[in-house]
Amino acid sequence: MLLSSLVDASRLQFALTAMYHWLFVPLTLGLGILIAIFETKYYRTNDESWKKLTQFWSRIFAINFACGVATGIILEFEFGTNWSNYSWFVGDIFGAPLAIEGIFAFFLESTFFAVMYFGWNKVSKGFHLLSTWLTAIGANISAYWILTANGWMQNPVGVAFNPATARNEMVDFWGIVFSSTTITKFSHSVLSGFLVASIVVIAISCWYLKKQRNHEFSMRSIKYAAVFGLFSIFMLMVTGHSSAVTVAKTQPMKLAAMEGLYRGENGTPLVGIGILNPKKEYDNDEKPYLFHISFPKGLSFLANMDFDSFVPGINDIIEGGYKYVDKNGEERTAISFQEKVERGNMARRALELYGQHKDNPDTNIRNQVLAQAQQYLDDNFEYFGYGFLKDPKESIPNIPMTFYSFRIMVTLGGYFIVFLLACFWLWKKKVIEKKKWFIFLAIVSVPLVYICAEAGWIVAEVGRQPWTIQDLLPVQASVSGVSSGNVWTTFIIFAVLFTTLLIAELKIAFNQIKKGPEGIKWN
Amino acid sequence: MTTYHFLQLYWWAIVSVLGAALVFLMFVQGGQTLLGGVARTEDEKKLLLGLFGHKWELTFTTLVTFGGAAFASFPLFYSTSFGGAYWLWIIILLSFVVQAFSYEFRNKEKNLLGRKTYDIFLKLNGLLGTILVGVAVATFISGGNYAMDKMSLTVPSANIVSYWTNDYRGLELIFKPFNLLLGIVVFLAARTLGMLYVYGQCSKMEGDTASDIAARCQSRLKVTALGFVVFFVAFVVCMFLSAGYRVDTSSAAFNGTDGPIVEEKYAYLHNMLSHWWIAAIFLAGVVIVLSGLGRALLRGKPSFYLTGLGVFLAVWGILLDIGFGDMAYFHSLNDVQSSLTLYNSSSSLYTLKTMAWVSLAVPFVILYIGYVWKKMTAVK
Repeated sequence: MLLSSLVDASRLQFALTAMYHWLFVPLTLGLGILIAIFETKYYRTNDESWKKLTQFWSRIFAINFACGVATGIILEFEFGTNWSNYSWFVGDIFGAPLAIEGIFAFFLESTFFAVMYFGWNKVSKGFHLLSTWLTAIGANISAYWILTANGWMQNPVGVAFNPATARNEMVDFWGIVFSSTTITKFSHSVLSGFLVASIVVIAISCWYLKKQRNHEFSMRSIKYAAVFGLFSIFMLMVTGHSSAVTVAKTQPMKLAAMEGLYRGENGTPLVGIGILNPKKEYDNDEKPYLFHISFPKGLSFLANMDFDSFVPGINDIIEGGYKYVDKNGEERTAISFQEKVERGNMARRALELYGQHKDNPDTNIRNQVLAQAQQYLDDNFEYFGYGFLKDPKESIPNIPMTFYSFRIMVTLGGYFIVFLLACFWLWKKKVIEKKKWFIFLAIVSVPLVYICAEAGWIVAEVGRQPWTIQDLLPVQASVSGVSSGNVWTTFIIFAVLFTTLLIAELKIAFNQIKKGPEGIKWN
Repeated sequence: MTTYHFLQLYWWAIVSVLGAALVFLMFVQGGQTLLGGVARTEDEKKLLLGLFGHKWELTFTTLVTFGGAAFASFPLFYSTSFGGAYWLWIIILLSFVVQAFSYEFRNKEKNLLGRKTYDIFLKLNGLLGTILVGVAVATFISGGNYAMDKMSLTVPSANIVSYWTNDYRGLELIFKPFNLLLGIVVFLAARTLGMLYVYGQCSKMEGDTASDIAARCQSRLKVTALGFVVFFVAFVVCMFLSAGYRVDTSSAAFNGTDGPIVEEKYAYLHNMLSHWWIAAIFLAGVVIVLSGLGRALLRGKPSFYLTGLGVFLAVWGILLDIGFGDMAYFHSLNDVQSSLTLYNSSSSLYTLKTMAWVSLAVPFVILYIGYVWKKMTAVK
């Protein structure tokens, strides 16, 4: 019970920090690129209005930047403070991207951010432009390394378990850096940041149009943001599909949770709209949905690019017995949850045996036992984490949270396609300011795009439970030996601090927006 | 020496460079403590914070990179110290978080909490951030209340690899005189450097506001710098008189990763004497600090960079002394054999090698930081 409380508190604290962090970071990722484009226009044309435009959006960027940095440092150190077992078990792999992020990206971003924000009168025009681009690139490279670390947790490739040190060790750096999960995770996350920035820029510009001020500034901003947003949303569709294919291969339980799918079939439908049956459990005969409208064979296509392929449901995964192609491209027969637990326990016992005999003075016995233990580990380590589980229920993520978050993300994604097409069309026709309904939609779209971005992360992170590292380490074996009371206390402190930070940021940003691009004569 | 141990030493040196750079860059925190005393009016405060406005990110980034490098190269330290001394690290982090948004929000209109609150946050970061970083570094010598068993993962009901053995979770470390002593040294070093930086910058500026600040810095520098030197000497004496722990690599039980850890009197003094180059770095640091402070106090020269270089070298020398020579760099007060050494806490050979390639980028990073620093610090 105490451990459960500690795990819950630690998870909640990490979720709180990550979600606040993701309120600030996506805008930075996309707005940095837009600002760099605006400044490039200024550099080329020498037109002061482009400079003012760059400076205004830079201010919005700066207000956001500090909050992203402040929440980011907590995230990094929480791996140590709250997930210390995890830090040892996979620190050999996980630490490297964090260090590389610091050396290659974060220094780049923060050093040149100082020039971008404070350096207008201190450096040449060309050097300032370079700094702005380097800040934007640095932010996105930073995201790559963080998402390399995150992607590896979802699809642990390029590692080998070393029983002598009781941890996983890196054996293929490039395999980790360029794993399919990392690439899809990075592209999908960063593009969602681009979309957030586009919507924010369009919404603020539309508000100016509504107030009949800063017309040229707004129309220019809308043009670039709409094109950038359209590019992002179409690429998001492509990378979203790639993500689904990757998840189907590496995290079938997450895909089943996203769909509320208990029994798979050949040609599995994709639920478009649905309400889950709250009484449904994996071990009863209740219907999974109270209501649903599905696309026939849609999930099979989404997951495997084959309309007639089999997609396993939750019960299939627990019972095993179906054929599937693993992440290495080999066809295998899925084993049941119970068999996975047994094999996880075998791996754990082999490690125990290894630990007991690694210092055995009798060389013959030691070599024999260690070789046998190593063999058992090699054969069973892929299920090591199941040794910490008992009940099949423990292997199922929160279905309603994953299912509804996925639908919120996809529905809002669909809405943004229509919204951005409409935006570009109205801009082209030069009638945006006359369309009050569109201006209203643009402003309402700001909270919606943040909900969309957060929902995506909820799908990714809640859907992979109970694993911190897929199949290798569950959350209950990852936590620090801190009492739950301590973690609840820090959770409350962080909640108050981050909420205050957010309110302050919003107040300052709203005030900045209200004041507008100061001193710019647009009309 | 094996390639593996060479890389362990190499990465300890790199992490130590980052630690030393962090202490030097905490001149920003030291400068923040001048709010109110040296910078009294709003104009003076704005000028003071403007001097640090584009420097705080560098300190912050160095802290983040220090954390990342420690995680990548010595994950067992990351796991043991951060997961064990929970409250010590949480308070340090909180003090840095409030600093980050104070810089960005303080001078903005409608900033919710008001300027005075952000000033308090900045002063708290200047005071607590520096003292507690000093306390955390001091635990490398004074040890921590933890126990560790890497094989505990095989016991599902008690699977914590390293755990703190008391309920204070690192708070008790703050009240240990030795730890507090280093905390005060770091605080005074940061404040001294902060004063030298502000003094140097304000001396180049025109106007009453800048000259008032410069004059106050100069008059207060004597007490702060003298305090820094006295406390630093006290700390060094205590460190050299302390017992330390080493891995007995000559023992038959030493297997390249684990081995018996034995106590040794005056270990830090012996270690420095047996590594002449570490002693040279440390002594060079001390001499440069003293000459920098001498120039500032006797000849009225700011000497920020000179003194900063001295601080960097002295701290680097101390950190090298703590980790090199088979020392247990973070010993356990509960079970000496659980103590962390470069051998038992580092990443694998493959990871250290990979990271060594990455570290080749560090000089380029330093170069562009130096270039930007020069451009942005130029007074106009």
